This record gives sequence, C-alpha cells and structure tokens, in this order.
Amino acid sequence: MDPDHFLPLCSRQPIVQDQVVAGSSYWKESLRRLRANRIALLGIGILIFLGLFALFGPMLSPYEHYEMHLPMKNSPPSSKFIFGTDELGRDMYTRTCHGARISLFVGITAAFLDLVIGVAVGAIAGCVGGKWDEAIMRTVDILYSIPHLLIVIMLMVVMGPGIFTIIIALTFTGWIGMARIVRGQILQLKQLDFVRAAEALGASRGRILLRHLIPNAMGPILATMTLTIPTAIFAEAFLSFLGLGVQAPATSWGSMASTGVYALRFYPWRLFIPATFISLTMLCFNLVGDGIRDAFDPRLRT
Amino acid sequence: MSPVGENIPKILTIRGKSPEMQENALNNSDTILAKMPPLISVEELRVHYLSDKRSLKAVDGISFSLHEGKTLGLVGESGCGKSTTGKAVLQLEQPTGGKILFRGTDLALMSSKELFAFRRESQMIFQDPYASLNPRMTAGDIIAEPLDIHRLEKGSQRTTRIHELLQLVGLSPHLASRFPHEFSGGQRQRIGIARALAVRPRFIVCDEPISALDVSVQAQIINLLKSLQEEMGIAYLFITHDLRVVKYLSTEIAVMYLGHIVESAPTEELYKNPAHPYTQALLAAIPLPDPVQERKRNRIVLKDEVPSPYAPPPGCVFCTRCPFAQPICQTERPVMRQIASAHYAACHFA
Amino acid sequence: MSNLLEVEDLHICFSVLGQEVHALRGINFTLRKGEILGIAGESGCGKSVAAKAIMRLLPAHSSSVSQGKIFYNGQNLLKLSEAEMRSVRGKEIAMIFQDPMTSLNPTKTIGAQVMEGYCLHRPEIKKQEAKHYAIELLRQVGIPQPEERFLAYPHLFSGGMRQRAMIALAIASEPKILLADEPTTALDVTIQAQILDLLRKIAQENGTSIILITHDLSVIANMCDRVAIMYAGKIVEEAPVDVLFKTPRHPYTQGLLHSIPRLDTPRDHPLVPIEGRPPNLTKTFSGCAFCPRCSSALRICTANDPPYISCDTEHHVACWREHPQNPHNQG
Repeated sequence: MDPDHFLPLCSRQPIVQDQVVAGSSYWKESLRRLRANRIALLGIGILIFLGLFALFGPMLSPYEHYEMHLPMKNSPPSSKFIFGTDELGRDMYTRTCHGARISLFVGITAAFLDLVIGVAVGAIAGCVGGKWDEAIMRTVDILYSIPHLLIVIMLMVVMGPGIFTIIIALTFTGWIGMARIVRGQILQLKQLDFVRAAEALGASRGRILLRHLIPNAMGPILATMTLTIPTAIFAEAFLSFLGLGVQAPATSWGSMASTGVYALRFYPWRLFIPATFISLTMLCFNLVGDGIRDAFDPRLRT
Repeated sequence: MSPVGENIPKILTIRGKSPEMQENALNNSDTILAKMPPLISVEELRVHYLSDKRSLKAVDGISFSLHEGKTLGLVGESGCGKSTTGKAVLQLEQPTGGKILFRGTDLALMSSKELFAFRRESQMIFQDPYASLNPRMTAGDIIAEPLDIHRLEKGSQRTTRIHELLQLVGLSPHLASRFPHEFSGGQRQRIGIARALAVRPRFIVCDEPISALDVSVQAQIINLLKSLQEEMGIAYLFITHDLRVVKYLSTEIAVMYLGHIVESAPTEELYKNPAHPYTQALLAAIPLPDPVQERKRNRIVLKDEVPSPYAPPPGCVFCTRCPFAQPICQTERPVMRQIASAHYAACHFA
Repeated sequence: MSNLLEVEDLHICFSVLGQEVHALRGINFTLRKGEILGIAGESGCGKSVAAKAIMRLLPAHSSSVSQGKIFYNGQNLLKLSEAEMRSVRGKEIAMIFQDPMTSLNPTKTIGAQVMEGYCLHRPEIKKQEAKHYAIELLRQVGIPQPEERFLAYPHLFSGGMRQRAMIALAIASEPKILLADEPTTALDVTIQAQILDLLRKIAQENGTSIILITHDLSVIANMCDRVAIMYAGKIVEEAPVDVLFKTPRHPYTQGLLHSIPRLDTPRDHPLVPIEGRPPNLTKTFSGCAFCPRCSSALRICTANDPPYISCDTEHHVACWREHPQNPHNQG
C-alpha cells in the first residue's frame, strides 16, 4: 500500500455543528404524506367531482328540478332522462344535483359549526380546568343523553321545517364529539415541557392556547372534522327521510330516498340513485378523513 | 435555617473596562463586602400534593440560597423533590408553605406585573429536548418568543437578536427557519438554551439538561453552559441526579432525599468529605470509568428502596436504609448541623 | 476457553418510511463461557439491534439480515425455523430490557409471569413445583417477602423491583447466555448498584455468560471482562476491559473517555467533547464512519473502510492508524 495514504488528512471541512435532517413545516410534511396516500387522493378526487356535480350539474340539464312531466312519470333511465323520473315526472338527474347541493351544504355547514363550537368549548375546558372543566363536561354529558330526535322535533315545532332548522338541529349536539377530543388533546399537551417553557417565559393563557395548544391539536381536529361531515350528511338524509327535512319542491338525497323506498319494487332507480350518492359521499369523506388523520399524526400508524 | 454557603461571590467580569481596571476589580473582590444579598433565597419550602385524601410531600421544608453568578447543584435520585423545587422557585408549581425570595421580595406577595417582570429575570431549561420545543414553530420563533412576550426587540432588531442568540449557543444563523424535528437532541437543547438567554435572565433553573443526551454531546452542553456563565454572569440552579456531572458547573451542592436536603457543602468539600451516610452511599454507588479503581473501591450497597413519599419515616427520612441507623434516628428528625465551614448535614452522627 | 456465541460479519438493514437504514454494517464478536462481555456505544450505534438480532426479535417485515451468521452451539441461529428458535429463546438465551415499566405484562401477576416462561420450556413440571421454584427465584433476585409478592401485579412494584422480577423471569430456565439491554439506564444510581451486583452474582453462581449493552462506560468498567465499542453500526475497538481503559487505540474510544464526566477528576479538569454528530445511516458512505469527527484522520480514511486490525493479543481496532503498513505506526 502506498505509504502516502497514511499521511494525515490536512484539507478537511471544519466539523459541522449544523447538520440538520432536511425537512419542512408540519403542514408541508403532512400534505406530502397525504399526497402519497392514493386512496385518500381518490376520495378527494371523487369529492371534487361531486362538488362540481352539485354546482354545475343542473346547467347541463335542459330541465328544472321542479319541472314536471306527468306523462313520463316513473320512467326508467333513458337518453331523455339520464337518471329517470320520479312519481311527478321530475327529472331525477337535476333533482339529484339539487339534492347534492342541499346535502353537501347542510353537512359541511353543520360540521363547520361543530368545529367552531367544539374547539372553543373543548379548549376552554381543557385549558382552564378545575371547576369550569367539571361544569362544562357535566353539561356535555347531560346534552348527550337527551335523545336526538326529540330535540329535532322540538326545533321543528318551534322554528318550522327547513334547511336552517336542520343545521341547528344537527349542531345542537354535534359539537360534543369534537369538544371531547379537543379537551383530551389539550390535557395531554398541557403536560409537555414546551407549554411549561411558555409559562416560564411569562406567556398569557390566551397565547399558550392559541400559539401552542391548538396548533398542536390540529391533526385530530382536522381528522374529526372530516369524519363529522359524513355523519352530518347521513343525519340530514335520515331526518329528510323521516319527513322532517327540507320541504318540496326543494329536495335532498334523503327525501328522494324517502319517496324512493315505496317505489322500490317497481322503480328501483328512484331509491338506488340517491342512496348510491349518499353512500359514495360518506365513503369518500371517511377515506379522506382517515388519510388526513394518518398524514397529520403519523405516530398513529403502525 | 442557615443558608447554604456563605462564600464571597466572585465578581462578574466587567465588560468594556480596561484590563487594568478588571485586574483591580478582581483583586478587590475579596475585600468587597462579603455578604451581597442572595439572588434567590428559599426558606422552609414545602410542596405537598393532595390526592385521594393522602398528602404527597414532594418537598418538605428545604432552605437554600443562590447568589449572583454562582451555581447551586441540587442533586438527588428520582422522587426526591428536586424537579419540584426547581418548578416551585419559578412559580410553575404552587408552594404549599415556606417562602421564596427574589432579591428580597417574596414571590407569593408579588403582583402579576411584578411576577411578569420576574419572568424576565428567571428562566428554565428542560430535560427532554424533544418535548421542550413547540414542534409547530421554527427555531427562530421559539427563540424569539420571550422577546415577543415581553415586547422587547421587534422587526429587524428581532432578527438580529435571533441570529446573535443562535451564534451564542454555537448554531449558525441560517438554521432559524428550521423546525425542531430537523435537529438532533443536542441541537434542540442548544435552541432551548438560546430561548432561555433571549431575555438576558439573571438566573436559570436547569432541570436535568443533559440526561437525555448522548454521552459525547453532554460534554458539549456542559461546556456551553459553563462558558455562558463566565461570559454573562448568570446564576444556575442545576438540578440533576448525576453527581458526576454536577461538579463541573457547581460551586455548591445540596443533596436531596425524599423531600429534604440532607447535606450541603461547597463542591470540592462534598466530594472529599461527604458527611451524610446517603451522600457517602451515593458517591460509592457511582461507577468509575476505571476498572482497576472499581475493583478496589469500598462498596456501600444500600438495601431496600426509597420509602413512599406518601408515608415518609417519622424520624430521619433516611433511617430505613441507613447502614448506621440507631434507635434515635427513627424517632427524632435531625436538623442541619454545621460540620465544617459552609458544610452542613442533617444527621445525628455526622 | 470455548466460544459460546459467535457473531460473524452481521449486516442488518431496516426499511423505514421507504428508506433503507444500515443499522449493522458488519460486526464480529464472540462470547466465551463464563464471561461478561460489554457492548458500549451511543444511541444509534446498533448495539440494541445486535442483541435483538441474536434473539431473532427484530420485526420481520421491516428488517432484514443481508449478510452474516450467528453461531450458538454449532448452529446458525439465523437459519433456524421459528419453532426451533423458540426452544432457544428464553431457555438457552434470555434477554432483559431497559424499561421495566413496559417490559412486564400489567395484567398478570409477577408470579404468573415468572412461571409462564419456566413452564413453557418444561411442560412436564407440575404447577405446585413451578410455583415453589418461582418463589425461590424471586427470593434469589432479592425481592423481599417473595410469597406475598408472587401474587402482586407489576404496577405495585418500584422500578428496581420490576427489574429484579424481569431478571427472575429471564433466569428461570437457567439460560447459558443473558442479554442485558441497558438494564440499569432507567434506574437510580443506588438501585443500579444493587442490580449490577445481582447480575454479577448470577454470573458467578450460575455460570451464566452475560452480554451487557450500555452507553455508560463506567458501568462497563464496573462489570465487564471484555468490551466492544460500537460506532455507526460497526465495532471499532474490542479489548479486555483493563486494556481498553488504559490504552484505548481508536480515536472514538479516546474521545469518549476524554468527554465523559467522572467522579475522580477535579472540578476544573476539562471535558473535551467530540464535535459533530454520528453519521446518517440511511446513506452509504465510503471510508471510515468516524472520519469526519476524527482529529487524527489520515488520507486513506476518507476513501476506505478500515479493516479490523489486531494490535495486541485480544485487542482489535478498526483504524487505519494501527495498520501494519502505516509507516507512522508506533507499534
């Protein structure tokens, strides 16, 4: 071996104290993980399609959703009526698009309100603790134990049926799940040293909550929200199915399914079409919700 | 209660003065009035937790003081109450009894404004480098948070200060935009130290700052803390379980056991002449990286385990495991007695 | 002196989030009968991986042994079927872990757990006899009032007691080899002294050979007969314990010994840290893994991985400075 090889190494970079493992912000990393999840991406794709369907679908149709063609009532899907017609001869395709608007709007709005109220209540309960926490959680328990349907019917009586009544009915107790999750997250996070560090620095409680606690609880919050939407959509469908939802001529998937049930024997498309849309939407939101949870909280993955 | 150590504090390096003046100042330090009031003075501190009607006496009557620019090492094994003490001094835990004085003012009597000002002068460094930084904030934001809270430097001055602090702890300024998960344990601990230094505190509570780090990195952080103290005159309350580490930084050491201080002495004195049986056992239990010495050493292997803090022994807290226990130890709690100059131990027979 | 265990050129790779981590890059060591071998290194060096590899406890779906053999009793453990391995695991080779909190089943009593391991390997034994033996084991490891503690659940035990219980579990079947993976790291120093004493007693009285894995060089000095220092997936130095601490040859070992805080040096004795960090094992690199942090690096160190050189009887170093062809080698 060449003895020169054994000469001391003279030119060498100074020891770098600064090596870092390249990464980026929490959001970018999480989005990257989400993008790698094919199933979640498929779900997002379908949801985008459904959104477009809801917004622009009716423009592609020559008919209005309340337009009746009585001679053509209960006709199966054909070139004239892509999804067929219902018992009053109304075009199912257009009605499905309108139903999509109502169902998605109600579902997302209710979920969003749940988010806002749930995070606020959960954060206060978790952060303040003590007697306030006890008071809030006991209230939550009481609210939770009241039968849902009872509340809806009461509200219907007081406010009359309609979209906003449904939204309020859904929101009335829908925030409880989110509140519980947020409170749990905050109680966990409060123990961590970086929160103590903020306290030691003199940070106010509000600052700790907004800058330290809530941002770190975002993962479960987002995941819960994405999973609340299908629950809300189904609840709306269920209420409309019972006749407590939107009134004619406005329609939602639930009310379409409601009338479709009676005609199942002879005109199955009248049930299958709205039911398929409900199921597909719920499935996609669930897949996306799972994907979000895995992406934002990788520790939960095995 | 007698304070720990009545040493004359070494005068801080006077910056900006000529070398002759510094020389003079150093020479005069011995003649300057010995008793500068301590920065922190703890008297009969008690922290008790109530759970299920049982009282957990985490800290049960300890007293010590910390002077400007010095380090007091608080040593003990798990459950002895040292971390609780550190948190109580910073008012992160509510004391159940006793007094904590900062520059003579009782912390419990401070208004919220005064407490806020206190938080500028006192800081903490934590044990777990992975939990002590907010994962959603950049290193720069983490370090600058105290500046934001106390409304100090803003705008471009803030950025300059962030870079200054990063360099002070040995990291390069371009790392300010990175997130905690991109750093190693040692680097995160440096960021934590930079955050603590941002407000130019007078003292820092270091709660096991190196226990979670790799051995080769521990030396880096110890050296960093040492040089920062020399440069900036910060006092440390250095909390650790490791008697090997504490001596590099501390001028005085207090040994804790089950919520009590059992011995306190200047550093060299403690290692040379440990008076309390627990200190002796602790020193004997620590292995040396020298197999020849190890074989020759006297082993004092304590029996049993630490009693539950819910039910500490009535007399001396150490009597259940003490190799020299006598009947009096079980009934009468010993008080801190002076053994030698600045050296105190709580033992009937020391 | 017969070799009880021989590890030959072991290479282990992990697949983590799509990336390959070369956890072990070719290690060789032997364990002799009746000795305590120490494997020391910092986090990420691969020492725990090596122990788990011997026990075949690495997760099958994300780890792979790309090369190497582990010989016990003339058999290559890596080639055994799972059923055959089960008769070795626990019976011939046992392991104790770092965290006594999570290593014991919280839903079973201590006694039941100690008996479980024992009865697994001795199906013919009667329950009463096994119980009696288990209580004796608990007494042997220093658990007071073993008859009562037999019926207790782990959460009632302190850390030191749990570690003792875990040791009882491990030695129940009288294994020939005990792998101790950081057994005292999570314990207080006075309890650590008790546990190390216990391990020493077991080695002496039962003739068990022990592989002690730790990051604490002082524990190694206290306990071990021979020691191997690991860095970045390789063994960089191996020697009898007296020799290693007196005349360490590898720059990493020397650096470590200069940087650790110790009880027996004066206050102002400087601690000299090793600057920099261990390398990223997801990247393959040429040359010595320690080279970027080494103050005595040679030109050849950047290009070629150093061979395992015998610089003395039983003293091996993986360092180019010790190479016989190095003209600057002081010998």
